[in-house]
Amino acid sequence: MAKQGWDEFEIGSLLRSFDGKIDKCPAHTPQRDRSYSENNSHVASVADWRLIKPVYNKDYCIDCQFCWVYCPDVSIISRDKKMIGIDMDHCKGCGICVEVCPTNPKSLLMFPEQADEETELASWPTKDEEEE
Amino acid sequence: MSEMKKIKNLKEFSTSADRFEGANLLCPGCAHSIIVREVLNATNDDLVLASSTGCLEVCTAVYPYTSWDASWIHIGFENSSTAVAGAEAMYNALKTKGRLKQPDRTPKFVAFGGDGSSYDIGFQWISGCMERNHNMMYIVLDNEVYANTGGQRSSSTPIGASATTSPAGTISYGEQKNKKDMLGIMGAHNIPYAAQVSPNKWKDMVKKIQKGFATEGAVFINAVSPCTTEWKFDPKDTMHLADLSTDSLVFPLYEIIEGHELNITYRPKNIVPVEEYLAAQGRFKHLFKDQYKHVISEWQTRVDENWEYLQRREAARV
Ligand SMILES: Cc1ncc(C[n+]2csc(CCOP(=O)(O)OP(=O)(O)O)c2C)c(N)n1
Ligand code: SF4
Ligand code: SF4
Ligand code: SF4
Ligand SMILES: [Mg+2]
Repeated sequence: MAKQGWDEFEIGSLLRSFDGKIDKCPAHTPQRDRSYSENNSHVASVADWRLIKPVYNKDYCIDCQFCWVYCPDVSIISRDKKMIGIDMDHCKGCGICVEVCPTNPKSLLMFPEQADEETELASWPTKDEEEE
Repeated sequence: MSEMKKIKNLKEFSTSADRFEGANLLCPGCAHSIIVREVLNATNDDLVLASSTGCLEVCTAVYPYTSWDASWIHIGFENSSTAVAGAEAMYNALKTKGRLKQPDRTPKFVAFGGDGSSYDIGFQWISGCMERNHNMMYIVLDNEVYANTGGQRSSSTPIGASATTSPAGTISYGEQKNKKDMLGIMGAHNIPYAAQVSPNKWKDMVKKIQKGFATEGAVFINAVSPCTTEWKFDPKDTMHLADLSTDSLVFPLYEIIEGHELNITYRPKNIVPVEEYLAAQGRFKHLFKDQYKHVISEWQTRVDENWEYLQRREAARV
C-alpha cells in the first residue's frame, strides 16, 4: 500500500452524505430536493421498529408546528409553515408528536401499526370536554 | 460576520432544512436528537461538527450510514472538544495565509459530548479548549448517566438516582454524590458565554445557540437530555420530563457571560415540586419508600437554595 500523507484519508473512512458536488450549504436545500448518497441514513428505513404509529387528522390541525420541532426523528413533514404529514420510513412511533399536539381533539393519535388509517380517521374522537 | 438566521416564531423555524437525518439508531423518543435538531436548525451557516463517543455518536454513524448532512468528525470518548478546536485552529491558519477556498463562508464549530464524556473523561480537554478560548461551541447532552454502555453513574448523576454502578436496594438509596456543577465550573473559566438549555424551551434554546454562534470565542452549553431508557419513563413523555426538569428548577435555565454576568432566562409561573419530577421517573422509584423519603426533602432544599443563589448572583453581577 502506498504511503499516505497526514491529510489523505483511507477510502472508507469517509461516509458521504450526498451524491455529486455540493456548492451551497445543504441548509439552503430542502430534504426533498437533495440528492442523498447511499450512505445517508435518509435512504434507510426504521419503519419496522414501530408497534404503534401516529395518524394525522388535518381537520383539527392549526399548523402550530410543535410536532415538527419535538419529533426526534425528523419525521414530521412541514412545507411552507404547514404540517403536511408523517414520514413513515423514519418515524419510530415514540408518540411525542401526539403528546405535544395542543388541539382538542388532537390532530395526531397513536394506533396499532396494523390499524387502517381510513377507518381510524372516520371514527376520530370528538372534542374532549374534560380537557381545558 | 455572517447574517443571523431569522427565527421569529415556530412556523418560521419549521421552514428549516434539517441537516440531521432520521433512521439513525437512537431510541424512539431520545432527546439527544431533539436537541441536535434545534441546535443545527438555529443557523444556515456551514458546520464543522464532532461527537465524542456516546449514544449520539454511535447511533448516527453505523456503517454504511451517516445521519449528518455536514462535516462531522467521529472521534474518541474524550476528545470531540480538541478535534473541533484543531479544526478551528486550522481554519484560522488557512484564513491568515489567504488559502481559504471560500473565504466568504463562515463555518460554525460545534462539539457534542455526553455527560460521561464531558463531566468525567473529557473534562480536562474541554477545560483546555475553553481556557484557550477557541472560537467554538461545546455542547453537553446531559442525561446524567453513561447511557450508551448500560447506565453507569457519572459525576453528573444526581444523589438518589439508581444507576447500574450505584444501584438502589435495601441498604442504599442509589447514587450518594451530588451532581457536579459543570456550568459553574465552565463559567469560572471566564469564557464569553456559558448557558444551560432544555429542548422543551426551543425559543430559549435557539436564542442562546444563536448568541453563542455570534460570540467570538469559547461557548459552553449544558443541555438537559431526558433519557427514556435510563431515566425509565415512556418514550412519549420525553417533552413532559423536559418540562418537569425546567419547571421544578432541577434544571434552571440561565446564562453566564464573561464569568460574572448571570441572567436567569426562564422563571416558571408555577414552580413544580421536585417530588413530581422524581415521581415521573423509574430511576427514583425507591425514593418514595419511607426509608428514603428524606432524600426527596433534602433535594427540594438544595433546589430552593440553588434558585436563591442564582437570583442573588444575577442581582449582584458576580
Ligand atoms: C476511553 C474510552 N473509555 C470507555 C469507552 C466506552 N464508552 C463508550 S460510550 C460510553 C458512555 C458514554 O456516556 P455519555 O458520555 O454520558 O454519553 P451518553 O451515551 O449517555 O449519551 C462509554 C463508557 C470508550 N469508548 N472510550
Ligand atoms: S411518533 Fe415519534 S417519530 Fe413518529 S412522527 Fe411522532 S414524534 Fe416523530
Ligand atoms: S402539533 Fe398538532 S396542531 Fe400542531 S401542527 Fe402538529 S398536528 Fe397540527
Ligand atoms: S439510551 Fe437514552 S440517550 Fe441513549 S439513545 Fe436511548 S434514549 Fe437516547
Ligand atoms: Mg450520558
